[in-house]
Amino acid sequence: MSNLITPVLEISNLTIGYRQPAGWLDAVRDVSLSIQPGQVYGLVGESGSGKSTLALAVMRYLGEGGALRFGTIRFAGRDVYSLTPSELQAIRGTQIALVPQDPFSALNPSIKVGEQIAETLRWHQSLSPQEARTQARTLLDSVRMADPNRVLDSYQHQISGGMQQRVMIALALISDPLLLVLDEPTTGLDVTTEAAILDVFRGLMETYNTAALYVTHNLGVVARICDRVAVLYASELVEDAPTAELYRQPLHPYTRGLLDSVPRLGEDKHHHRLTPIGGRIPHLDELPPGCVFAPRCPLAVELCHTTRPPLEEAVPGRRVRCHRWPEILAGNAPTPEAAAAAPVGEALPAGGMLLSLDDVRVHYPLGRGRLVGAQRRCAPTERFPFARGRAVRALDGVSLTLGRGRTLGIVGESGSGKTTLARAIIGLAEPTSGGIQFSGVSLPRKLSRRPAAILRKLQMVFQNPLEALNPYLTIGEILSRPFIRLLGLPRKEALAEAVKLLAAVRLPEEYAARLPGQLSGGERQRIAIARAFAASPELLVADEPVSALDVSVQASILNLLNELQWARGTAMVFISHDLSVVGYLADEVAVMYLGRVVQVAEARDIFEAPYHPYTEALLSAIPIPDPAAVQENIRLDGEVPGAANLPLGCPFHTRCPRLVGEICRTEPPWQEAGGGKRIWCHIPVAELAAVQGRVIGAGRQVDR
Amino acid sequence: MNRGGTDPSGVVPPLVARPPEGARFLRGARTLFNRPASAVGTGIFLLVVIFGLLGNLIAPYGLNEQIVADARQAPSAAHWFGTDHLGRDVFSRVVLGAGEILRLAGLGTLLSVITGTSLGLLGGYIGGWVDEVLMRLFDALLAMPALLLALLLLGTLGPSENSILVVIVIVYTPIVARVVRSVVLPVKTRGYVDAARVQGESLVRILFREILPAALPALAVEAALRFSYAIFLVASLGFLGIGVQPPSPNWGLMVSEARERVTQIPWALYYPAGAISLLVIGVNLMADGLKRVLRP
Repeated sequence: MSNLITPVLEISNLTIGYRQPAGWLDAVRDVSLSIQPGQVYGLVGESGSGKSTLALAVMRYLGEGGALRFGTIRFAGRDVYSLTPSELQAIRGTQIALVPQDPFSALNPSIKVGEQIAETLRWHQSLSPQEARTQARTLLDSVRMADPNRVLDSYQHQISGGMQQRVMIALALISDPLLLVLDEPTTGLDVTTEAAILDVFRGLMETYNTAALYVTHNLGVVARICDRVAVLYASELVEDAPTAELYRQPLHPYTRGLLDSVPRLGEDKHHHRLTPIGGRIPHLDELPPGCVFAPRCPLAVELCHTTRPPLEEAVPGRRVRCHRWPEILAGNAPTPEAAAAAPVGEALPAGGMLLSLDDVRVHYPLGRGRLVGAQRRCAPTERFPFARGRAVRALDGVSLTLGRGRTLGIVGESGSGKTTLARAIIGLAEPTSGGIQFSGVSLPRKLSRRPAAILRKLQMVFQNPLEALNPYLTIGEILSRPFIRLLGLPRKEALAEAVKLLAAVRLPEEYAARLPGQLSGGERQRIAIARAFAASPELLVADEPVSALDVSVQASILNLLNELQWARGTAMVFISHDLSVVGYLADEVAVMYLGRVVQVAEARDIFEAPYHPYTEALLSAIPIPDPAAVQENIRLDGEVPGAANLPLGCPFHTRCPRLVGEICRTEPPWQEAGGGKRIWCHIPVAELAAVQGRVIGAGRQVDR
Repeated sequence: MNRGGTDPSGVVPPLVARPPEGARFLRGARTLFNRPASAVGTGIFLLVVIFGLLGNLIAPYGLNEQIVADARQAPSAAHWFGTDHLGRDVFSRVVLGAGEILRLAGLGTLLSVITGTSLGLLGGYIGGWVDEVLMRLFDALLAMPALLLALLLLGTLGPSENSILVVIVIVYTPIVARVVRSVVLPVKTRGYVDAARVQGESLVRILFREILPAALPALAVEAALRFSYAIFLVASLGFLGIGVQPPSPNWGLMVSEARERVTQIPWALYYPAGAISLLVIGVNLMADGLKRVLRP
């Protein structure tokens, strides 16, 4: 006992339950883990796995009806749940600090940021207002905040999400806590911002030797930041290991499934099929009697369905809750569904042009939509040739082409205009200028002017499956509408077709009578995809179709999209912020920044130099679920300029790490880089190729 | 088993299964009656509805039956609410008046809900100048006191029951339209409305099948509130002596007639006035209960 360091946090046999009329529902069951000083401990799980409940329980914050049912949480040797309220108050915020998921709701919108920091500072130590401000500034410097003085004098809504999260980290670090609890701190931020925040966080951890409990669903973030990982599934801890070992050789089938369901960089749909985890996470009130993962586990045997496996130490320092870990460890367990993994066939030959966009612009004039006293101030365009003043330039001159049956991936961060592009193609956003050719005819800009014959050929899958289906209509009605409306079938036949369609997306027939609220997120997205494919469109526009879904569900949705696309020869515009998904699914990739396309390339070339400097930064920022991967460290400074006042010339010049000089304030030329790759930059391609290495190196050697 | 799925955006999945429609209605009704205030309100409303429907069976005397010998009598076992200066039984007239006030206020509310909903949906969804014109028109109507507007309209249209209906519709359409519009604005940007547009659905279907269901809870509450105001408006018009003529058993008119003799036969004033207040309060309490049931 005496020669051991006291862990900062020691959780043993913890069960947290919520009181329900029918009895207790356990959101966390029988979890034990301990965090050493200075250790960054990752807590990974899908939504509903209990990870947030566990993290908040550490602060003794359980929410209504929640209670610690069994077990203990010891913080620095003291039992958190036997502290008096005043002792608890003394620990919270000083020794344990929380960085919440949503900084927007955590900051007070009516108090300046500087005052909020100063207030917290003065609560912990007696300081004069001037001293407090100086210290607040120092704190912001320590989280590498750009322009800290401006931030101190701003209100929350005046600073970006990334800046807000930096403020939250600064607030949490005020009292030099022993333990930081981070609840998905970078979810909802752009990848380049996320990368910068993670850098800041990593640096601070090393400087202060603070321990951290890092809750996330993102396997890439874990690989980058955590020393050790615990995987939660259906409120149980199923595996716990040092990060590198977990990724090299996962021992639990669920962890294996999670890692297999994300496409690795360089894989494409023609040669690799994603391995989804079937089924869905069980509800807390109907957990299986044996192993919680057994109903979805490809390796489950009779024993797994009847007996709950113990959490065993498989290798020193690694724990796993599975009956079959010895076989998995020895490499004797079959790789799940390797045989069934028939990849989608070779790429279709480009069978003629299907879609071509020519200098498409979507501008939203500022101050439009008022009848009286409206000042029509917008950029002069074809439609408003005499207009003056400013406009939000959501899409600012995009030219792209797409062949029949091919897939064009569009990548960009929020504000890049990728969703506007999708909406312009589909007709939901009206271009201010430029032309869209589809199947050789010019598409009317207004949706209402497009005849049914065109509507039938152009369909869309929306980002958020929660919003894409009308909650008040049955699935049967939702799916029969396209048959009635676009194909002119009578109601009865349409309903029969709808039921057939359910089978095509592998959902049971009886779902036709259900309401969307009774379906899981993945199932809803299947319905949305089914609806889009109902009339066999020639072009499908998919706007981030998997970004709102859990990782294990993503794979099956991507597979489904692939199959349907392949079977019906549909071309697709696939929009995503996730480069590995786009690289996997697309034939060609366009990278967008602030309403412009900056680079176009074949998907297989997207990870190869030369790149546009923005692509380079994006590639270096994406979280890769592989701790062994080597990434260049290119971080973007400053803030993304607003679309209402775009920089002159190259829109990226305000943040470009490879800025040349004055020339960047002029419009760059399109340069051919061979193999169909085109880069929109002033730096000559040869020069780019000479200075840029491969941003991402050394892929994962998988030992399974 | 029906149940909500794992919500990918939330942390905790919904734990409670969604019950079927019938059970939800029953549970809603139970919630309505569990709160004393809304139970009382609904009870009052139902009582008045029964009076309205079965008034002829309940009222011991006829509408204009004069019992001259019993004129100006205080409430007694024979005349529960007493008799007025013409010897008419006040209780019978109050009971028989329920039908008229419910019919006028109810029909008026129904019509203004229909027009208000249609215009609110249209303005909110189409936006642009259509919305602008509608909203400014409604602003203009709302800027005038309801009673003044009513007097003006009745003066032009001439007093009749139909005129009263027109007044109610014109006075309450803007308010209903605004409530509906406020629900349409956030809903129209949802993915499912976009999906309907991409499928080429007609405007009517988008407005009434895709968007309207989301507005129904707010609309039900608003309709109940409008109803209570319509009762008040009908009674006020009766009191002012426009719209309805004696010997109609309009509660407002009864109050007006009894007003001159309030020192001698106060009961002839108190009971119809009390009936107005009671019904308005009852409907208001019911609306409040509805709000809790529909928007938890």
